[in-house]
Amino acid sequence: MAALSIDRLENEFVDKSPLLSAAEAIAEANRCLSCANAPCIEACPTEIDIPTFIKKIASFNVAGAAKTIFEQNLFGWSCARVCPVEVLCEGSCVLHLLEQRPIAIGRLQRFATEIDVVGTGQTRGSAPTNEQPPICRGVWPYAPTKRTFVGAAPCGRPLQDRTAEIASNRKRSVACIGSGPASLAFAGQLALEGHKVVVFEKKAIAGGLNTTGIAPYKLHAEAALSQVRFITALGVDIQTGMEVGDADGANRISGKTLLANYDAVFVGVGLGADARLGIEGEDGPEVWGATEWIERMKLEMRPRARSEIANKRIIVVGGGNTAIDVARECAMLGAASVTMVYRRGAAQMSGYKHELDHARIAGVSVMLHTQPVSFLRHASGKLAALKVATTNDEAKRMTSMAGTERDLPCDSVVIAIGQSKLQGIVKELPGVELDARGCIVVDAKTGQTHNPKVFAGGDCVNGGKEVVNAVADGRNAARAFMARNRFKGQVPSIK
Amino acid sequence: MADLAVNFCGIKSSNPFWLASAPPTNTGDQVMRAFDAGWGGAVWKTVGNPIVNVASRLGSVDYHGQKMMGLSNIELISDRPLADNLREMSFVKKRYPKSVVIASLMAETKDDWRVLIKRCEDAGVDGLELNFGCPHGMCERGMGSSVGQEPKLIQRITSWVKEFAQTPVLVKLTPNVGDIVEPALAAVAGGADGISLINTIQSIVSVDLERLVPNPRVGHASSHGGYSGPAIKPIALHMVAALARDSRIPIPISGIGGISNWRDTAEFVALGATSVQVCTAVMHHGYRIIEDMIEGLSNYLDNKGLTSLGELRGRGTSAYQEWGDLDLCYAHVASIDPLSCIGCQLCVTACHDGGHQCIFTGPQDHARPSHSRVPGIAKAPNPLPLGKLAGDRVPWIDEPQCVGCNLCQLVCPVSGCITMAEVPQSRHDTWNDRTREGRDHVPGGIHDT
Repeated sequence: MAALSIDRLENEFVDKSPLLSAAEAIAEANRCLSCANAPCIEACPTEIDIPTFIKKIASFNVAGAAKTIFEQNLFGWSCARVCPVEVLCEGSCVLHLLEQRPIAIGRLQRFATEIDVVGTGQTRGSAPTNEQPPICRGVWPYAPTKRTFVGAAPCGRPLQDRTAEIASNRKRSVACIGSGPASLAFAGQLALEGHKVVVFEKKAIAGGLNTTGIAPYKLHAEAALSQVRFITALGVDIQTGMEVGDADGANRISGKTLLANYDAVFVGVGLGADARLGIEGEDGPEVWGATEWIERMKLEMRPRARSEIANKRIIVVGGGNTAIDVARECAMLGAASVTMVYRRGAAQMSGYKHELDHARIAGVSVMLHTQPVSFLRHASGKLAALKVATTNDEAKRMTSMAGTERDLPCDSVVIAIGQSKLQGIVKELPGVELDARGCIVVDAKTGQTHNPKVFAGGDCVNGGKEVVNAVADGRNAARAFMARNRFKGQVPSIK
Repeated sequence: MADLAVNFCGIKSSNPFWLASAPPTNTGDQVMRAFDAGWGGAVWKTVGNPIVNVASRLGSVDYHGQKMMGLSNIELISDRPLADNLREMSFVKKRYPKSVVIASLMAETKDDWRVLIKRCEDAGVDGLELNFGCPHGMCERGMGSSVGQEPKLIQRITSWVKEFAQTPVLVKLTPNVGDIVEPALAAVAGGADGISLINTIQSIVSVDLERLVPNPRVGHASSHGGYSGPAIKPIALHMVAALARDSRIPIPISGIGGISNWRDTAEFVALGATSVQVCTAVMHHGYRIIEDMIEGLSNYLDNKGLTSLGELRGRGTSAYQEWGDLDLCYAHVASIDPLSCIGCQLCVTACHDGGHQCIFTGPQDHARPSHSRVPGIAKAPNPLPLGKLAGDRVPWIDEPQCVGCNLCQLVCPVSGCITMAEVPQSRHDTWNDRTREGRDHVPGGIHDT
């Protein structure tokens, strides 16, 4: 796996939610009411038993807290940093109803898992009281426990030793295509149960969008790689620079070979290239696709490359979270102006309101009901302006209103209107079907495709959601595969 | 993974965590759900002749936003027919043969005790606990703490019970006595196999200031209750340690009183408890807390390099000594870390009003003389990085004046900001040494003035 230079522009962004100290974490944990049937658990796509792990932080059983988190979500540390907690767990906290700040679940989850994933952290160093406490580092991973409902609350049997059970598992070997959160969650879960897992990653760097696409004030790329190392430490083999295609060869492996050599194949390839507007003048310098722009900014740009953004006029086309991220990052890097251009109204924006609010605070302005018409360039090819027009939402098909065209002078335009689907891979895996949108069709519970040997999850199935949704997909597929392995039952076909 | 199993006077339990005799062990359904959650044992809600309860029954002390620091109850023993309790005990033991079920008993006459013991043992319980502790209601009828406060009665009833019992007998003591050792010695003399303590403490938890009636209110009146929860842990810990260090009390102790998590458990075991019993924390958060308790205790033992809970038991008992044997020469002084200080100056107020007047603000030459001596000039604190942190709001300590009382450290809201630095001493001296050697005169006393 390629190493990253520390000398990158991304690292000039500071962490918006720094690691809590032990004393801060304990104080926050003690605020948690430990709700029965807690709404935060329900709001979490990976159903982490949040009140239980918070209670463990309160008693400074940090290893136990980490175990509770990892049982449900091996990406718990990354999710703690990149999840939109405002609309998930923290958004559902009952303390909102008391007019109080919700429990900082994301930050507590990071506190509990930092030492397991990063290997350092204040959980080891500082004491929760003025007296020095015993520091509890447990024996994770000692394998997940089964959680059942006892009375009003879920209850895991603590510290069950499953070593013998795992040793007696029939060992399988599985392959994953892509190394994003969905694949790695699938891979890690199976590796924990003693199965042999190989992950094939096309790029030189592993981790998928969790490494290349997260806003740098949430997670830096080299930090995301420690999450990848956490998974490899469970026994997962990640082969970077390996593309799955139609033939075997150097740095290539065919779908046919995968199906022949492995007991199961997990497809977690995410999405393809950034979608394009398809308008005049789009081809040429200073017009970027959003994920391409973010990846370049995070992985390649040096601090001195800030001048490419600072004091420039930047337009971002789109109204999703990726568009908001790009706009906010440009504003924070000192752009002269950042304008988001979105063709519908605020209510239709798919980006979160809290993210947009932060972007606006950073200095981003938003033009609603506006769509690009064409790019205007100087004779030299240099970008001059983006011609836009006001849209007519009333019309059945979105159209520009006549006479509203105007030019927005700009130095750079980033297009964040979604990504194309990666359909090529499906041709190599017979039986796997796509729906009308180009997403892979799977059974919702098990992630199994129409080919019983192939599972899929993450963005290539859901069309583009959060890291935590991808993790849930991968984990559920792994559980389904393990259940099938355990009961030797007939392979179910999906409806 | 450390071995948490305990053997309590012959009763084998997979872990030291038992539910105390209380509402969480009122029915078989509850006890079975607790066993499913991982509890090692349960002491059944006290059985005897069924009683009638009042409403309301519970009141609590909330402290600075934390609910139920202390809980006071006026509920009596089981209000269910004995036959129902016995049938459920028997059913639970059949379904959970490895989990510990102990019957808590309360009766009046010798014959009542005989019949009750026979019935419970026929139901298959692993042991008996004699409720000599309940400090409200039952004591007015000559049972509960009215027995526990009278060593002769403890000895007599315990010896009756031992005549009839086939299973181990635990005597549960009340803390509402002058010296806990006396009732414990009586239990030993009566033949008890184990002791459990403490039961609840007599209390009035609060007063409804509108109606001017104490809580919990029963119509226009109330009665004193039994106090439990985190607030009583220090009292229980002392009483457990007082028995554990007494060589005349060789029988195992089941520690009870405010135990809410694994840390409390480790403390009780370190001071001599063999098992612990939990009630209020379960009433607050449910059976589910057992997961953290087991895991936390196990991790703690692993980190300490101990392979079993037995190795921890009593490790701190010998460090609990008489005041007269403490080293009068031991010294430490407070020290403030200027980099973590937030400048709240709570330590200054506490030291001046409740301490020994040695923490100051402002320039050091403005120090006022304190109660006994003229202050020396303490060394200047390290200069702070400009424009950072608390700056000149950081107080300074007149070290020669500091008596090492700890108060500043206790009130400081910042973890690790105030530390107590040990001052090495070459001498060792105790008050008992002085008394033995005739050096126990301190000048300035009644006859010197």
